[in-house]
Amino acid sequence: MLRQALAITGLNIRSIPERWAPSLVIVIGLAGVVAVFCALLAMAAGFTDTLKATGRDDAAIIMRGGSDAELNSGLDRTQTDIIEEAPGIAAGADGKPEASAEVMVIAELVRKDDKNSGANITVRGVEPTAFTLRPKLKIVNGRNFTPGLRELIVGSGVLRQFQGAEIGKVLRMRGSDWTVVGEFESGDAHESELLTDINVARTTFQRTGSSSVLAALDGAGGFEKLKSALAADPRVNVDVVRERDYFSGQTKQFRQTIGLLAGIVTIIMALGAIFAALNSMYAAVAARGKEIATLRAIGFGGLPVLVSVMIESLLLALVGGILGALFAYVFFNNLSVSTLGQNFTQVVFSFKVTPQLVIEGLIIAVTIGMVGGLLPAIRAARLPVTTGLREL
Amino acid sequence: MTKSGFVIANLFRKRTRTILTLLSVIMAFLLFGLLQSINSMFNAGADFVGATRLITQARVSFTTALPISMLPKLEAVPGVARVAYWQWFGGVWQENTQLIVFAADPLRQRDVYPEYLMPDEQWQGFAKIRTSMIAGKQMADQYGWKVGEKIPISSNIYPQKNGSKSWVFDLVGIFDGKDDDAKKRTNQAFINYDYFDEANQFGKGRTNFFILKLTDSNQAAAVSKTVDAMFENSPDETKTQTEKDFNVGFVKQIGDIGLIVRWILFAVFFTLLLVVGNTMAQSVRERIPELAVLKTLGFSDGSVLGFVFAEAFALCLFGGLVGLGLATFAGAAVTKGTGNQFPVYVDVRVWLIGIAAIVLMSLAVGLLPALRAQRLKIVDALAGR
Repeated sequence: MLRQALAITGLNIRSIPERWAPSLVIVIGLAGVVAVFCALLAMAAGFTDTLKATGRDDAAIIMRGGSDAELNSGLDRTQTDIIEEAPGIAAGADGKPEASAEVMVIAELVRKDDKNSGANITVRGVEPTAFTLRPKLKIVNGRNFTPGLRELIVGSGVLRQFQGAEIGKVLRMRGSDWTVVGEFESGDAHESELLTDINVARTTFQRTGSSSVLAALDGAGGFEKLKSALAADPRVNVDVVRERDYFSGQTKQFRQTIGLLAGIVTIIMALGAIFAALNSMYAAVAARGKEIATLRAIGFGGLPVLVSVMIESLLLALVGGILGALFAYVFFNNLSVSTLGQNFTQVVFSFKVTPQLVIEGLIIAVTIGMVGGLLPAIRAARLPVTTGLREL
Repeated sequence: MTKSGFVIANLFRKRTRTILTLLSVIMAFLLFGLLQSINSMFNAGADFVGATRLITQARVSFTTALPISMLPKLEAVPGVARVAYWQWFGGVWQENTQLIVFAADPLRQRDVYPEYLMPDEQWQGFAKIRTSMIAGKQMADQYGWKVGEKIPISSNIYPQKNGSKSWVFDLVGIFDGKDDDAKKRTNQAFINYDYFDEANQFGKGRTNFFILKLTDSNQAAAVSKTVDAMFENSPDETKTQTEKDFNVGFVKQIGDIGLIVRWILFAVFFTLLLVVGNTMAQSVRERIPELAVLKTLGFSDGSVLGFVFAEAFALCLFGGLVGLGLATFAGAAVTKGTGNQFPVYVDVRVWLIGIAAIVLMSLAVGLLPALRAQRLKIVDALAGR
């Protein structure tokens, strides 16, 4: 039986070049489905990766109660000082609390492929401890900003997507000029930001306090200690969140939206591809009606015929799926894009065509191939020998 | 038998094939309708108004507020008829639903946005009652708000003087758009600026946007230049652009959705071209002897070409129209299901582009088989050569 099935399959596959057009329909149709599926979800995966890589478990971000995002938050000078001195924050090398008060302002930069519409970019004023708190952040070009001067360092993500923030360029914000003196990499969401000295930012933008405070936690119990100490203090009303949770929490909506879009698009395309595959396989079976009947007449069973048609359909589907995944990988993997993040500023990230996505894509392709091959295979197996031989 | 009857009969000689091809076409156009409506939402977004309104924001970013004290200077600019202003409130409904809520001056709002319709006494109420709020019809419908109710909304930015971020407003009016386009933009609410400015803890007398209504839309470029020049080198430098440009720029911030959508559409149509093209080619191939008989009977080359084209066209037209129809329903369902959060309107514009796509498609898939049928030599075809 197995030998019979293999023999017919070999025959079928060798004859594919003779009737390449209908076979191509299956291959291209499935390549389309898998490519679109992989590309869309690669976007969600890339965004999630970037934000999940941001932040540490042993650091906390403190914002005004109910703010959700740093942009909405604001703490005055007294509150900022209270927070920085609170228990539960680890001591730095100099014995002072390892905390950085940060001021967030937004600047507009123009996208590289655009001419005039600006996109919001985070400019973050930080204390020197900010660099200890973000160990992944490294200056890769130029130098760090000098405290007290209107100087900026720019994340490499910003440079990839936007123009006008290259080293040496001058940015104009609220009537003041800022020089870009260095470029940094951090491999996370901070790469989409510009950094400067908090005190210069405060005086230039007439801000007295801060938007948020980032603090290293003192050991395992540090988070609870800090949280309860600040909750008990009537002078402040703040939310304390682990830094990693804060950034991971921002991915949910994006993942849901893209997931919904990918789901709808894939289902509709998959249905279209199933109909196309059915069509092609029916045609393939019909074209070989006489051949199949001859095989049956000389003693081949119905099941081997069925199996052989299924194998052909699955094989074509698999080839299409692999082509589609390859296409998505070549054209979309590591493609850098940006979208609006929680702070209403741009987060730069890259598409990630992960192995898991490719496998899921191939499973979809094989499933479609199976559905598309089944009915024609049954018809081929059931075709009465006499009718088949009389045809044509 | 009539000519159209002949075409239809030909289509259904292989019923399975025709039905399967039709279903593929329907799926493609269903997707086309949905994606195109997303695309037009992101790209056009704004052809609803001419350049009769300008938006002035802080040059650094619209999240930085401008002082209200600029108002008289803006009103004095020649060509400016009336100025409204909007301050972002950061509204949050119940646990976590963000609402589009701006603090605005009631009567200025009414003058600058004539496309929003509301009974006169409701406008008066908005102006007179300090804690007043008006909501667009879409928003009011979605959350079941009625005029006269007290609406609790918290702000994720502004605490009141007592430190609480929970605010309560009196809903004094519900506005609707005067046409379809304006009706789609009623998923927002406005609160009384005077009350908001007085009751919130900080940020006195500032606003994110000034909206300048012009006396003459041709002056848009001149007015925006004058305004921006007026505040140059001050701490509050401005950027003034037409409402359309502003909206386009705003949507672009979300990312290049258009690019992604175009890629998918390309993939879908390329596949579809193959599917339908293959079907047509196959059906002509099978019928070569018949076509030759038709020609022998005296049908001209042109009418044979016409028959084949008509078949391709019928397939695409029927499948396309059904697909677009399904997309219209599906779009409405998505819009309703997500409570206008994710509006998908398969409207006249989408239909027009869809019909253009149908025509293009039938030409593309019908051309080769039709030409083949036209050029057929009777002797060769009958001999099976």
